[in-house]
Amino acid sequence: MWIKSGLIPLLATYLAALVLMVMPMPAFLEAWRPDWLSLVILYWVIALPHRVGMGSVLVLGLVADILMGTVFGIYATALLIMAYPAIRHFHRIRNYSFTQQALIIGVLILIKRVIVYELEHVLNGAVFHLPYLYPVISSAIAWPWVYLILRKYRRHYLVRE
Amino acid sequence: MKSLFERGPSLLTRLVLALLCAAMLMFLDHRLNTMQPVRSFLSTLVTPVQYLAVLPEQALDRIVYLSTTRSMLREQNEALRQELQELHMAVQRLNFLENENARLRQLLGSDVRQASRRMAAEIVAVATDPFSHQVVINKGSANGVYKGQPVLDNRGILGQVMSVGHTTARVLLISDQSHSLSLRAERNDIRVLARGTGDLQRLELMFIPHSTELEVGDKLMSSGLGGVYPEGYPVAEIIEVNRDERYQYARVTARPYAQLDRIRTVLLLWPPSAVEQPVYDDVEVDENVD
Repeated sequence: MWIKSGLIPLLATYLAALVLMVMPMPAFLEAWRPDWLSLVILYWVIALPHRVGMGSVLVLGLVADILMGTVFGIYATALLIMAYPAIRHFHRIRNYSFTQQALIIGVLILIKRVIVYELEHVLNGAVFHLPYLYPVISSAIAWPWVYLILRKYRRHYLVRE
Repeated sequence: MKSLFERGPSLLTRLVLALLCAAMLMFLDHRLNTMQPVRSFLSTLVTPVQYLAVLPEQALDRIVYLSTTRSMLREQNEALRQELQELHMAVQRLNFLENENARLRQLLGSDVRQASRRMAAEIVAVATDPFSHQVVINKGSANGVYKGQPVLDNRGILGQVMSVGHTTARVLLISDQSHSLSLRAERNDIRVLARGTGDLQRLELMFIPHSTELEVGDKLMSSGLGGVYPEGYPVAEIIEVNRDERYQYARVTARPYAQLDRIRTVLLLWPPSAVEQPVYDDVEVDENVD
């Protein structure tokens, strides 16, 4: 298998998302930290659905599990289930307006976080707190900017299918 | 775009395969606990991500440091010197008391308390998941850090080491929902069990009878029971006692002394009973008496 164009820039965005995910932040912003990894995965899945697929999402999910210190597979499962509708309907999502896209992204991230909570609840007896869902809102708000920045980035570094 | 004939299995098949893979890993990790070696190897592998994550903060610190003026430094220096002097005086007294305590304990025939060794470490990453309060520190098995080691900050107990990589270790904070520790009230020696609530500012005391003598403002120290935390370190202060008879037990909440939301530097403790030995990197040797 040959290396497709733009592999390094693609991996760099994953790395950036992972770094942003664990970066220490002031306590009052902590609860509102957008779900960077999900946003970046969703962008690539919609932009390059034949290149970034279930395999990449699985690996990223496992890396997220290690970084967050959760049981192996929790983040992987949640991210996979979140990415599936996006890959399935990438044509449709691409043609929506930013507001509609942001709503869909919000719902997908809500699904992801609910799955993470459910698995944590079953495995470790976690208790629900409402602030856990704040990032759904901040991610939806951040989506248009993530989208625009990553699109510019993708075109500049020629990341293709 | 791939041609029609190159496409592999359908999307749903791939999703199911990947989910099965994740589920199997989850089973292996959670039910059988077989992933520990893999986990510690992989956490060594992802260390660069964690170091990258603290880079902006360090750069900012550096800029703040470079922009401090001479007069500010002089003022700071003066204040620190004064503080040092006061601490020196306190330590003099402490040394005397410690010797006396050791002598008295010998007379009583009980074990003399031995000194523990310490090492400072810095936070390199936080796990933001509210279901697991964890931080990653920049010392690992290369420095003699071991699983179950107590971790403190300058105000009180912070948590314990839960997994160790080569140069990093993961610390479970006392506020985590899966963590509880045994405490003792300083005023009247009542033993209590404090459980994390998932809120950084709140611990919950379990199984307290309504007739308890605990009061708001009571200081809770570690009791040394349970074998993880050494005895006599400050942990939390009681902030609320709710004796509502409708509940089976009184609801008592405490606030940890350690500032769990703004930890920067932590102290690793090697109790005298620990098998592992601290391995100091450089001049950072500060063997201390407890």
